[in-house]
Parts: sequence; structure tokens; C-alpha cells
Amino acid sequence: MIHTGAVSGERASVGAAGPPRVSPGGLGGRALAPLLLLAALLGAWEIYADAGGVQADVLPAPHAVASAIWHGGSVLWRNFAVTAEEVALGLAMALAAGFALAVAVHLLPWVRRAVYPLAVGSQAVPIPVIGVLLVFWWGFGIFPKLVVIALICFFPVLVTTADGLAAVDPDQLKLMRTLDASRWQAFRFAELPAALPAALSGARIALAVGVIGAFIAEVATPTTGPYPGLGRQIMTDVNFQAARAYAGTVLLIAFAVACFYTLALAERKLAPWRTRPGGDAQ
Amino acid sequence: MPIDLKPRSAPAGVQAGRSPSDVRAAVLLEDVHHAYMTPRGTVDALAGLSLRADENEIVAVVGPSGCGKSTLLELVCGLRAPDAGALAARPAVLMPQRDLLLPWLDAADNAALALRVAGVARAAARERAIELFAELGLDGFDRAAPHELSGGMRQRVAFARTLLAGKPLLCLDEPFGALDAITRAEMQDWLAEALAREPRTVLLVTHDVEEAVLLADRVLVMTPRPGRVAGKLEVSASRPRRRGDAEVVALRASALAMLAEARA
Repeated sequence: MIHTGAVSGERASVGAAGPPRVSPGGLGGRALAPLLLLAALLGAWEIYADAGGVQADVLPAPHAVASAIWHGGSVLWRNFAVTAEEVALGLAMALAAGFALAVAVHLLPWVRRAVYPLAVGSQAVPIPVIGVLLVFWWGFGIFPKLVVIALICFFPVLVTTADGLAAVDPDQLKLMRTLDASRWQAFRFAELPAALPAALSGARIALAVGVIGAFIAEVATPTTGPYPGLGRQIMTDVNFQAARAYAGTVLLIAFAVACFYTLALAERKLAPWRTRPGGDAQ
Repeated sequence: MPIDLKPRSAPAGVQAGRSPSDVRAAVLLEDVHHAYMTPRGTVDALAGLSLRADENEIVAVVGPSGCGKSTLLELVCGLRAPDAGALAARPAVLMPQRDLLLPWLDAADNAALALRVAGVARAAARERAIELFAELGLDGFDRAAPHELSGGMRQRVAFARTLLAGKPLLCLDEPFGALDAITRAEMQDWLAEALAREPRTVLLVTHDVEEAVLLADRVLVMTPRPGRVAGKLEVSASRPRRRGDAEVVALRASALAMLAEARA
């Protein structure tokens, strides 16, 4: 999260030697910096577009994009709902698969040796290559898209969770053994909670790439029906209705950001020891 | 209600190597050798170490850093097996130098960890931890998170966890080594009192000679690695002992001399 102390002008003179900075004004204060930056970027974009730097059907001005969102009507929102559902379910699959694999990799060295190279390799697969196969197996419904999203998103969860499990202090495990803990109990009491923050970090990364994963999934696996999702709509609009293509993009971005920070809040609830004052996590 | 921390009657302990000649001792090592592998090669940790501690005796082992003291405790706790020699020990629990409290558990849950592992329900396990907290000067801190406690208090919670494991033998690995000097002195007095109230067989590993003389019935001085016993001191001074007592000062001096001789 952004450290708000850095942007409040009247505190700038306090410097490093001063008293600890207190973030002013709670949520309002914390939101100030990102909103200012966003406003500055939008302003620059507006000026650039209005000055005729590029044609409007290549780069529409922000006001045109806003108008496209406002007047986009139900098509935009229904497609958004389709994509949001894909992201939510696909991420659930990715989290389950990534977490289960991480536990297996941690507990069984031969699984690590067998699975890791393939897991890394899976991230290099150009999705359209397998898109046809997925549709051949599971049709034009939502499932092939979930598989694509899960394939893209399980990896950060696997890596962060497996690293989190492996980072447990060996002395801690020795202590658990002298307390007569079984392998399962050492896992349940010491390793699993220790890995939770890392797993949640992995989930946040997965979420951030999950939205683009949904876009790739929609492009790679065709859909029947009136609302194919925001990704498909953007691909159609980009050549004919640039403003609406950008409108869809803005919705995707806003969705990814909202999900990311929702998960960050959940992390504070689930792993409060990690975000305590003086801890290394913000 | 007094807490039952007494060891179970006939516990099965660690038996490794050939059988020692005398199995009545709580801990008995005879001519134990141990080497372990590191990425840089083999380390000879112990070479012919012999040691004995009887029931409710406090034996301190002092030695220079890296003399195999921690290896010794890991052998006694059954975390390693000797390469040669005889070893018998009653069931032992380790109290490491760092408290290793789990940050996601509060003080009572941390202290009750061994009970939870043994299958005691959480509420009952906490209750026993909280009863013990009263004796350890931790009254009212059962819900505190580890990071809210001072170093000395964290070490007390770790000691409560060690006691609640219900094992007859406590292996303390530099239990106060991570504390500042003032807190360490406080904790040494506190541990001496706690052990006077609640006698246990204790194997105390430390590089603090004064700590060894203050707490132990017997002090063994180890050589640098590979470790074996260079000499031993009987501490017969009455308790409670004070740092300024003539006998403590004299024993501390002879232990230091023995240590210097062992290193030469």
C-alpha cells in the first residue's frame, strides 16, 4: 500500500529525524495519493488526445471513454458480469490447485522433482494452441475458460506457498519433534500458519494476472450466446468502437484493483501477525 | 489445584548405541562420538563425550562456541543418533535459545502446544497453561500475542511450554543467551527459584560460566570441537546463590581457568 506520509506536504519538512509519521485522515488520506496520480495521468492523456497527437479511433480521449462507460448500457455490464464470474471461479480453481500442489511438493520431495519443471513449463504454453483442444473437450461453455485462468494463475500460488512452507525455521520443527508432534501436527501447528501470508501474497499476484487471464481465455476459447464476456467484446470493439474498447478495459482494470485490495484487507484479518505495527508488511 | 508436571512413571526414553553400564541415571552418555555432514564437509562435533545426570539433578555444560553443545542436546532429545558410544536418556524436551513462540498463537496457546499435540482439547489445554502462568509470574498475559511480551516474558512462556510437555528431562540450550544482561540475571534467579519449587532433571547448555555456577549442581567444561569433557566442578554452595557469594566467585574463576586450559 502507498505510504501516505510521503505526499502530505506539511510533513515533508519533518524529515527522517522527526517523530514517526502518522497517516493523516484514515481512508480519505490514504486514497489521496493514488487519486492525485490518477488525475495527473488522466489529465495528461486528455491534453495529449485533445491536441490531436493520435486519431480518436486509435486513442480516444478520457472523456470519450467515460461517456462510453456511461452510455455503454447493459451490453457492457452484462459482459462484465460474465468475465467477473470467470475470474472468480477460475481463481478459486487456481487457488485450490496451487495450494494443493504446494503442500504435495512440500511434503513429498519426489513430487517436487516431478512437478516443478512441468509447472514452470506450463507458464510458457501459448494458450491459443490448447484453446481448440479445451473447446473440443468441454464445449463452448464457461469451463474451458476456467481451465485457462487456473492454468495461468495457479503458478504464483504454488511458488509462494511452497516457499512459505519451506521457510519455516528448522529449529521450530526440531522443537515440535521434542514436543512429540507427528509430521501432520508439525504441519498443522507450525508450517501451515507460517505459510499462510505467503499463500495470500500468491493469491494477490494470481488475482492481478487473473483478469488478463480471463481476457486470454475468452479470446482463445469461443463462446456461444449473446454475452461472450468483456474480453471478446473488447476484441470486437477495438477496430470499430475504440472508445467502448477502452471503456471495457477501464472496467477490467478497476475490477483487478478492487479485487487486489479486497484480498489485502482479507489478509489483515487472516494473518494479523504479519501486519502488526513494526512488522515488515504494510 | 497443583499442576501435575511430574513425569509419567516408566517412560521410554532414547536408547542408542550400545547399552550404557548404568541405566538408573536420567541421562547417561559414555564415550559418545558424533559427526554430521555439512555442504563444506564432515564436522566432528563430539569425540568421546561422557556425561551423567541423576534424577532431579541440574547439570550445566559450558564450553566455547561451536564445541558441540547443541549437538549434545539434540542427541539427548533423540533428534540425532550417536555414531559410537552409549547413550540413554529419559524422554527429554528441548528449550532452544530463541523462544520460537508461534506468532499466530497467544501466550497460553503457545505454552499449551505440547498438550494440544498430545490431543488435549484447546480449552482444557489453555486452562492448564493459565494455571502455570500464575506460578511463573505471567498472570493475566494468557491472551497476549508473543510480540506484545518482553524478551524475559517470552522466555517464561517458552519455559511454560517446556514444562507442560510433561517430560522428566529438560534440555535447556542457552535459554537466556538472547536476552540483555539485566534481564538475563533476573531470569537466572527466576529459573533457580522455579527449579527449587519444581525439581526436574535439567541439562543446561550455556557459554555463561556464572549462569552455570548459579544454577547447577554440577558443571562440566567442554573442550573446543570435537567436544568432550575437559573437567567437572561440583557446586555444593547452598541455595539461593548470589553472584557475589565467595563460593560462586571462586567456582566461576576455576571454571574459567578450566575453560582457558581446555582451549589452549
